[in-house]
Amino acid sequence: MTSISTRTLHAALGTAPRPVWQERPKPGTQAAKGGGIAVILALVLVPLYAVTLTSFSTQASINIAGGLVLWPHGLTANAYTLIFTGGVVGRALLISLLITVAGTAFSMVVTVLAAYGLSRPGSFGHRTILLIMLITMFFNGGVIPLFLVVSALGGYDQYWALILPSAVSVFNILVMRAFFSNIAAELIESARIDGASDWVILWRIVLPSSKAVTAVIALFYAVGYWNSWFNILLFMPADSSKWPLQMVMYNYVTEGMSFAGSGVTNVGANLGRQQIAPLSLQMAVVVLTVVPILVVYPFVQKHFTKGVLLGAVKG
Amino acid sequence: MATRVSSRSGPGAAAGTAAGGAGDPARGARRTGPSWRVRLRRDKSLIIMTLPALILLLVFGYAPMLGLVMAFQQYNVYNGLLYSPWVGLANFQQLFGDPAFWHAFWNTLLLFSVQLVLFFPVPIALAILLDGLLSRRLKAFLQSVTALPHFFSWVLVITIFQKMIGGAGLIPQFLRQHGVANPVDLMTNAPAFKFLVSAQLIWKEAGWNTIVFLAALAAISPSLYEAAAVDGAGWWRRTRHITLPGLKGITILLLILNLGYALTFGFEQMLIQRGAIGPGSAEVLTTFSYVFGIVNGNYSYGAAAGLFLGVTSLILILAANKVAHAFGEDGLYRR
Repeated sequence: MTSISTRTLHAALGTAPRPVWQERPKPGTQAAKGGGIAVILALVLVPLYAVTLTSFSTQASINIAGGLVLWPHGLTANAYTLIFTGGVVGRALLISLLITVAGTAFSMVVTVLAAYGLSRPGSFGHRTILLIMLITMFFNGGVIPLFLVVSALGGYDQYWALILPSAVSVFNILVMRAFFSNIAAELIESARIDGASDWVILWRIVLPSSKAVTAVIALFYAVGYWNSWFNILLFMPADSSKWPLQMVMYNYVTEGMSFAGSGVTNVGANLGRQQIAPLSLQMAVVVLTVVPILVVYPFVQKHFTKGVLLGAVKG
Repeated sequence: MATRVSSRSGPGAAAGTAAGGAGDPARGARRTGPSWRVRLRRDKSLIIMTLPALILLLVFGYAPMLGLVMAFQQYNVYNGLLYSPWVGLANFQQLFGDPAFWHAFWNTLLLFSVQLVLFFPVPIALAILLDGLLSRRLKAFLQSVTALPHFFSWVLVITIFQKMIGGAGLIPQFLRQHGVANPVDLMTNAPAFKFLVSAQLIWKEAGWNTIVFLAALAAISPSLYEAAAVDGAGWWRRTRHITLPGLKGITILLLILNLGYALTFGFEQMLIQRGAIGPGSAEVLTTFSYVFGIVNGNYSYGAAAGLFLGVTSLILILAANKVAHAFGEDGLYRR
């Protein structure tokens, strides 16, 4: 019986057979390893679990726990109802989503065009242009001149200031360029003989054959926009009605600023929801910043290794 | 053939088409190829394609570089870059005589060293643990879970730490309920700050950094392990003499490349916590430049610190790559 159940367990875990030369680990080693794995998993998952559970907890439940809730004593989605019926958090969520979508689309257009424009061997001036781009990877003017340039262009408190200065990553251009250079030259050449312009070749041949790398780069850009925080602090520090989610989280959760006057608690009072705990509201903000990442995570994950090892790409 | 004149990888085109198999004839044709006018007309659309990226880099990359001249001025917003008075090296003299600057400098090196020493072995150990797992699914699951925080923002990571181990966080509350009167608030404990930021870095990035080491481990031939085991080497000796040497190259490369960022690492991480812990523990050169330049409004002074940072970092990165090349690795760029 035991051998059958071990076999099903192994099948479920996708376990490879142990190599014949490898000794069976001692029970002690095995236990230590299992314990280690459990601790590692708990270090990541317990905080996420506690945060999520607290965001769904009643004030009574939070009071019993004295803070973050590990064991539910009463669940409610009131924090989310509050957020989605108006106020600074709901608006910030929308702003963040819009910036992420618009920024990623813009970055991708710029990156794909530049990558293809530089990927054709022997094209006019591509080495010079590449060098101009590479230099920015090694040296930059720093925060203060950038702030003054963006301010001089009228970007202070403008959403474009959260997108344009960081819209193009030279590293991403290099990665895409390397992929585009590896597309069979014959394919491109025959299209050219048929009279296709570079624009048509890029759209009809190059892009369809590099879907994976395009997806990976787009996801990296999207995560970058979603997570960006310092840009907001620099270019949009004052007007809380314009803040994206990361800045709202920083001020109301990390720094513990009061939600009073921000529209959130007012809505709560109007709805007569006395059950709403500030902590559950705070944790709901945290959950909302994590959820979009969890949604795209499985897609990024497929290309994990590729994404990291792309570092091997040369200019 | 006449139509092929406009072709870039045809016989008349320039070199570098090894993939196209053009080989030596094309290489020889490079100098006698079409004139630059012809090539410019031929590649017009390619150049137009690079323009959006170029313009963005000129405006947001090169214009700020030019703006660094303000480090040699007493810049003020009313006069602008063109009419602000020049002060020569006065800002740098002030900077190098400023105890706050030297504090930030040494604190940067301290935080960087502690983070590097504590962080660096973790992904390697995690990779060895993952590599030894027989279950593919458990391995994949463990890898997904540990790499997830890489995609979190620093604000999120620090918020989670605060709610877990900060003053009113989960663990201090648990301790309070179980008889510990005054648990330490690790989020505001200055002496422990270097360990706190290391823990945050490990939590956020260790899983992600494992991937590189796993790839290196996958490249080690299993027959080496088998031969060693047959010769009677146990787990520890196999790890010591096969696994670790197999990781040596990538470890040295990553260490060296990390050194290139010794002065610019962790800006957001420190800035977010600077308020709670105080500049005494959290001030690094990047936050110094930002706080003194933007928050205090002394643009020229902050830019002087920024210029110092930019130049020293450039030297560090180039030096790091030189060392990497000396080890026979490619580094960030070749040669």
